Amino acid sequence: MKPGDFGRREFVKVAGTAVGGMVLVSGCTPSVGKWRFFADAEAAVVEAIAEQIVPSDQDAGARGANVVNYIDRQLASTFEEHQETYRNGIAGIQQTSNIMFGSDFESLEWPQQTEVLKVLQNGEAEGGIWETESAGSFFELVRDHTMQGFYGSPRHGGNRGFVSFRMIGIDYPRIVGQNRYKLFPGKS
Amino acid sequence: MALRHANAVVVGAGAGGGVVAKELSEAGLSVVLLERGRWHSYADIDSDELRSQRTPVLGNAYGPDDERYRRVVRDLAGEWQTVVPSHWLYNNNAACVGGGTLSYGAMAWRFMPEDFRMRSTYGDVPDSTQEDWPISYDDLEPFYEKAEWEIGVSGDDSQNPFAPPRRRPHPMPPFSYNKEGKLLYDAASRIGLHPFPIPMLRNSVAYNGRPGCVNNRACVGFACPVNAKNGSQNTVIPAALATGNCELRINAVVGEVHVNDHGRATGITYFDERNRRQTQTGDIIVVAASATETARLLLNSRSRLFPNGAGNNHDWVGRNLQGHAYCGAFGLFDEEVYDDVGPGACVAICDYNHHNDGIIGGGLLANEFIRMPYLFAGRRPPGAPTWGREHKDFQRTYFRRHAVVMGPIQEIPVFESRVEVDPVVKDHWGIPVARISGHGHPQDRNGTDFLSSRAEQWMKAAGAHTTWKVGSGGGPTASGGQHQSGTCRMGDDPETSVVNKYGQFHEIDNLFAADGSLHVTNGGFNPALTIMALGYWVSDYIKKEWRGTGFR
Repeated sequence: MKPGDFGRREFVKVAGTAVGGMVLVSGCTPSVGKWRFFADAEAAVVEAIAEQIVPSDQDAGARGANVVNYIDRQLASTFEEHQETYRNGIAGIQQTSNIMFGSDFESLEWPQQTEVLKVLQNGEAEGGIWETESAGSFFELVRDHTMQGFYGSPRHGGNRGFVSFRMIGIDYPRIVGQNRYKLFPGKS
Repeated sequence: MALRHANAVVVGAGAGGGVVAKELSEAGLSVVLLERGRWHSYADIDSDELRSQRTPVLGNAYGPDDERYRRVVRDLAGEWQTVVPSHWLYNNNAACVGGGTLSYGAMAWRFMPEDFRMRSTYGDVPDSTQEDWPISYDDLEPFYEKAEWEIGVSGDDSQNPFAPPRRRPHPMPPFSYNKEGKLLYDAASRIGLHPFPIPMLRNSVAYNGRPGCVNNRACVGFACPVNAKNGSQNTVIPAALATGNCELRINAVVGEVHVNDHGRATGITYFDERNRRQTQTGDIIVVAASATETARLLLNSRSRLFPNGAGNNHDWVGRNLQGHAYCGAFGLFDEEVYDDVGPGACVAICDYNHHNDGIIGGGLLANEFIRMPYLFAGRRPPGAPTWGREHKDFQRTYFRRHAVVMGPIQEIPVFESRVEVDPVVKDHWGIPVARISGHGHPQDRNGTDFLSSRAEQWMKAAGAHTTWKVGSGGGPTASGGQHQSGTCRMGDDPETSVVNKYGQFHEIDNLFAADGSLHVTNGGFNPALTIMALGYWVSDYIKKEWRGTGFR
């Protein structure tokens, strides 16, 4: 059976119901390696999602800004309440990726990843993990955290080297008042 | 050991309480000023947007903290929800020395004469408690002036034909316009509006021993790096402490006002920085904890004469909670309109504050404070992608090529919008938390529809190639937030108000309120200067009535 045999929404729903149970992972994966909260495999998935949300182009994207580091740091502290949502959501996105394209999210082609995220965002991913976790809410949570990590202060572990400030054209590191004076008259 | 008795105990070191502490201690009263937060400096969070009071995704920089504080609110679905201070439904202001004035945008508006006479000007409004204030603009005018000169305002009302009469100009010259300000000033002039520089509680030149503004980008939501923004923490509170008559106690969380069987307030109970229970007695108690917390404190103060809370025998304490319905328009431009000259907001119009066809009240319009990068990432035209390449490209292209005009619509007060105390949920100290419920008045939407369409016209006149409107009134949840007001309404009739026109509780002679809770209506303006002026007004009455060792 190919995805084309059904409408996409219908396919995801039916298949999710059929195989959802098989891709469930343990609810509590111990943190190992360089991360405070994530397992290495989880960090790879979150980094891939974040990179879709803020992609690299002529300017660095979420990967270059180290957004996953921001999210990991917050999940181990201020965002502890979201730990379970991340654990479940990451398993859920693997479930949906496997159903739609037969592979884990981080190994998919760029357009396939985009399609998986749109399915999540639109709440069209159902079955299995998504029976108890809202796909749309999970996506919005990661989307918001990615924006924070990309556009927020580097002191929290993202926005490495003020990449987003450079991109939008505001001074960095900030020196209060320095940009109010024409240091070099004639140059803007 | 019992704490030394004070002439006056002031609860809350914000816009109102700071002024009262200074006025009373200068008059020779011994004053204890209690603040649940602490002193802060700019260095605490620098320009960290994720901790700003505007976008506190990692917690409020200037309090209250998410660990010890809770509120219960009725959410969009009509369900009770327990929330922490960084949640938008908490309707937070701040908890620190200076209160909201440490990190506010510092617009320094006087309300207009009509703002004190909303019922007389617009008549009865069904399903509302819209009413005239018991005082007029003329009553408050000298106290506005005092606030402007003692705390420090830059401005020039002569350019605003709608400005209320004043005896004395602002003490500092107005700020100049930044790039988008110039653009909007010219556009407004072209279409027959009357633009002028926004009056600001911010030094345009050195004033009061502190320097002029350095036009920092991270201004609203943050403390000032050079102390050029004037709040109670760097003006009236230091002045109060300098008298030698005022003691400021920080990390002091007040839980109850004691009222005896003779109907007199005798003191308060608070928890100190080590969570020890303390009782501070006083001849006069002044509550200035902001509209939500002032109401909560009174409702938590049950006594034999006031079994439903201090001053609440007619069920008006906590009622008429209001804030502002913010609305306006975004505009996108071909050319850069951003020059990184903070705080951003610099040009305003008062053409739409009153006497608009079919609208009750109205509001000012002004260009908005600088949108920091994370906040701007959440601002897009309707239907635009919220993530991905296009979203990022929009951020890169339009951060420096967009402008925003916003304004606060004066909300029509609603009796059902209220602060209560929750019967179950308690804070870290075991004090029942505030419970907030209610809704906007349906007519508020007419106001916001009107004002946002005018904002859009202004933006188009400035040359924006794309515009969209934002904000709406009459929402399904109670309004409050940083402009919270109305919960201890002043009035002449004890049956339909909480305090008299001097902020004195109708049935408790030595208990006063001095914050936004006094407001009968909240004007189409940011309310800080009015709260400060009321602080002077209430203090003036107390000083005149003070008889040495007692009170009347």
